[in-house]
Amino acid sequence: MANFQFRTDPLSGLKIEKSSENLIKWNVIAALATLAVGGLMALLVALTRWPSVHLLGATNYYRFLTLHGIDALLAWIIFFEVALVHFTSTVLLGTRSYVPWLGWLAFALMLIGGGVINVIVLLGGADVMFTSYVPLKADPIYYLGVILFAVGALLGFIIFFINVTLSKRDGGYKRSLPLGSFGMAAGSIIAVLTLAHGAAIFIPTLLWALNIIGYVDPAAYRLVFWGLGHPSQQINVSAMVAVWYMTAAFVVGSKPVNEKLSRTAFVLYILFINVASEHHLLVDPVLSTWHKIVNTSYMMHLAVLASMIHAFAIPASIEVALRRQGFTRGLFEWLKKAPWGNPAFSGIAISILLFGFLGGITGVIFGTEQFNIIRHNTWAITGHFHGTVVAGTTIAFMGFTYLLIPYIFKREIIWKGFATIQPYLYGVGVATLSIGMMSAGQFGVPRRHYDITFSGAPFSFTFDPAIDMFMSMMGVGGVLAAIGGVLYILISFGSIIFGKKIGD
Amino acid sequence: MAIYEPERMWWNPLSKDERIWVGVALIWMLVSFIFMPIYHVVGSQNPPSETYKVTAEDFDKLVEGMVAKYKVGEENGFPVVHPNPSEPIYVRASMWQWYPVLELEKGKTYRLHLSSMDIQHGFSILPINMNFMALPGYDYVLKLTPTTTGEFHIVCNEYCGIGHHTMVGKMYVK
Repeated sequence: MANFQFRTDPLSGLKIEKSSENLIKWNVIAALATLAVGGLMALLVALTRWPSVHLLGATNYYRFLTLHGIDALLAWIIFFEVALVHFTSTVLLGTRSYVPWLGWLAFALMLIGGGVINVIVLLGGADVMFTSYVPLKADPIYYLGVILFAVGALLGFIIFFINVTLSKRDGGYKRSLPLGSFGMAAGSIIAVLTLAHGAAIFIPTLLWALNIIGYVDPAAYRLVFWGLGHPSQQINVSAMVAVWYMTAAFVVGSKPVNEKLSRTAFVLYILFINVASEHHLLVDPVLSTWHKIVNTSYMMHLAVLASMIHAFAIPASIEVALRRQGFTRGLFEWLKKAPWGNPAFSGIAISILLFGFLGGITGVIFGTEQFNIIRHNTWAITGHFHGTVVAGTTIAFMGFTYLLIPYIFKREIIWKGFATIQPYLYGVGVATLSIGMMSAGQFGVPRRHYDITFSGAPFSFTFDPAIDMFMSMMGVGGVLAAIGGVLYILISFGSIIFGKKIGD
Repeated sequence: MAIYEPERMWWNPLSKDERIWVGVALIWMLVSFIFMPIYHVVGSQNPPSETYKVTAEDFDKLVEGMVAKYKVGEENGFPVVHPNPSEPIYVRASMWQWYPVLELEKGKTYRLHLSSMDIQHGFSILPINMNFMALPGYDYVLKLTPTTTGEFHIVCNEYCGIGHHTMVGKMYVK
């Protein structure tokens, strides 16, 4: 053990080893870079769907929308999650990274895969959207890029199991993982299952694009693709909830009120969400009614129960911690005196609130068999998942960045005033955007649609004029979120490069 | 703490608050859990599941057969068809049109066959906002009873290439 360089972080007391520190740093940097690209695409796409601006042409709109999905949903979130894998399987346990070479291999594959996808999409070889439903065909290089990225991500999550297994040998923990690591364990288990679905569908699709096999069944593609597509959002949920617990512990020193309850909730995610991902197929042909009912509603509700448990446990643990610090007057003094100016804390608070009320509730409703008829492929769905992965996961990760920069990068956050308002600005922007999308979707406004005035169509249809307000809400929200996103990127990169060094 | 290993014994009973919260959440979940299948039996509006395999050529022949038999007019280059409610009716999706224009009768129950000639399309009836998928190779049968008269549009809401936003069809209920 003599050759491993450990340091003790003065702020958090974490014992950090050099190679895991570097892995976390570079995964976070890659995440920030891909969010910057994905966010730029988001702004351009939002400004195109805002009817009074209608910025891009049709080709670029669909191209940039494809890239937005890849960079903002896939790359940014998974790079950050792999950073969390390293953080929770080494730093939190006070042990080293046992397989740094594998960490770098995973990182390289993800970087190359992500780069390949970005280039081929920008060159116009893959205007197929994030879902790339067959028989819409992209350049084979696109599928190759996705497979490379997915293999990298799979290795990244496998590192979690290697590290926690060996860490126990070195006394990183005696019996049970800390809750933050436990949450990432749930995320990593779901990730392995999910990415296996990805391989099962993208490898045949690549062979089909290369004309080696003749036919990929469109209905089977949808079934297996969503075995990747939606459970992978449960990796995000698990990682986000782990971040909620960890941030609450770092910032206000809170302790889970009941480890049994919180851990059981994570187990519910693992058990039930993989079989609950078929709500994308509720208005598809082929699948039988009872198959759809069992695989959507039945299992989904048990996973929702898990989120309901976290929604109680985390605010409760924060309340207990703040009351212990002396904020005991009345029912709500603790809430008033909570560190609202700390962007890590406000980040998770906003994330919990918006994930639950915007993303979660709409997810339960839209995933119901009958409601899905009036929501499928409308903009309401887009509004739903901007409530989950953006207002939930992304804001939580943004908040956690404000902890990783001092702890891991050893730099102070620059522009503290801007950092304080950043989560609020971004949160208000995304919430406005999401509500605008959901409300317009209510009137049947389709998602992934260049022009809802249908110019050039054989028949013209005019939506209820009420949608104008909701479309504008989306646009204004999108611009606000973009400003919040730019601030986040500038503050993060600025702090990493120019922030005052801590410690040395 | 979430960042430290828990104490040796962490499998502790829930407190009263926790039991109430979990109980309420569980009841809520159970209500949704039971209601969806119940509604499937008692409700009048459910996603259908009747599906057949079909080739694009065969489906096209069925569509053209219906058009030849029941064509009553033409609108913007599309045949307007007034089919007999007792016979199957067809809507064909392709890049980038919905073919033909159907004229249905209020209160009659139709079996609408939906398929795509090329790639995946989204069948969205507006302004009533009902949405179904049209996949190539599959014939999806929607049992449909129009309850209001008027003019309806079919918009494609699954991305299907550069002309996606021009894929608009029409349907009348008389």
